[in-house]
Amino acid sequence: MEKIPILRMGDYLLVTIQVDMHDRLALALQDDLTNRISETGAKGVLIDISSLEIVDSFIGRMLGNIASMSRVLDAHTVVVGMQPAVAITLVELGMSLPGVRTALNVDAGMELLRNSVDGQEEFGYGSRFY
Amino acid sequence: MATVPNHQTSNLGVIIAQHRDEILTAWLRDMIGTTRRSDLMKESELQTQCNQFLALLAQATTQSMDVQSTPFESLRDMLTEISRSRTLQGFSARECATFIFSIKRPLFSAIHESLGKDSTAMADEMWKTSELIDGLGLFTTEAYLKTREHTIKRQQEEMLELSTPVVKLWEGILALPLIGTLDSARTQVVMESLLEAIVQTNSRVAIIDITGVPTVDTVVAQHLLKTVTAARLMGADCIISGVRPQIAQTIVHLGINLLDVTTKATLADAFILSLQKTGFKFSRVQKKESRQGTSEE
Repeated sequence: MEKIPILRMGDYLLVTIQVDMHDRLALALQDDLTNRISETGAKGVLIDISSLEIVDSFIGRMLGNIASMSRVLDAHTVVVGMQPAVAITLVELGMSLPGVRTALNVDAGMELLRNSVDGQEEFGYGSRFY
Repeated sequence: MATVPNHQTSNLGVIIAQHRDEILTAWLRDMIGTTRRSDLMKESELQTQCNQFLALLAQATTQSMDVQSTPFESLRDMLTEISRSRTLQGFSARECATFIFSIKRPLFSAIHESLGKDSTAMADEMWKTSELIDGLGLFTTEAYLKTREHTIKRQQEEMLELSTPVVKLWEGILALPLIGTLDSARTQVVMESLLEAIVQTNSRVAIIDITGVPTVDTVVAQHLLKTVTAARLMGADCIISGVRPQIAQTIVHLGINLLDVTTKATLADAFILSLQKTGFKFSRVQKKESRQGTSEE
């Protein structure tokens, strides 16, 4: 069965979604990721969805869920590289993912993660840089 | 002469053929007195049109008296063409329709001359002719309106394309000055072009300036919120600027929640905020020779 790789980079976990997500794959990722966070004690999770071109409400909810679960496990989550079409679709579906923090690319996402893990940034809406 | 009670046929075609020159002269004379616009159209052009119209009318009425039927096709085409050219020449709807209606009097006098002895046949013929001319007049007005509507639609489309420029203000800062009323179709274009530009220029901050938006109602606010949310999902911050006092009042009265969105009164304020967010700092250079100047610190 195909699987989405979870890479460890220091204190952070890197997930790059390169294939079209289907529901079972999403659920497997959710399982794997929460396990890996608790195993490794990671402080941050970066999910790169720049190759993801199709989303539905399930995938949208899953992204929100992963962020909430990681927070419970004391890891910050950043979703990076969302395509314009995907963003429009999610908004039209009424999913604004209020708990998920976002960045334009992996670079900006890592910076955001580092800063939030270092405790320089208060956790909250509207303060996504620094 | 036998009267024709059938609605489908009439002697009008024959009558026109018989009295063609008289009708044409009387018609042109009437028109010069009422609706002739010598400033917009040459007399020879009008004469050609009248001539053509009479010929087609005579031909069509020998077969049918229904404006929508097949024999009238070439006449309808001609009228559409006339309305179109007159719209472009600057005629009003009234002047356009009067072109057709003014033929009634010459036609009626021709009918009177031909059928004057038989009053039943005359009344019948006049009624049918009147109905026919009314139909043609309405058709002309309709064609006139269609041309106008077409023009309006084309202008709207052109405006849609013109009015959504995304401007790069600084490294990582985009501005989208909105002008005119926002509707669903336009917001879609605006949203897409903004998000595409965010990806292309790798911008962290986008400023939506609504100084040129006349009114903000719930629908417009909804569209703005959607755009802001979509940009946030992609990892860019949106600032709404150019909120005028009246608009601020309307938004609050309508109960729209813009608390989650950063709003600024002017584009300048929004720009300063975006510079702070992207980590730039500006200061005035202290020099004697140059009174004003800015540079990066």
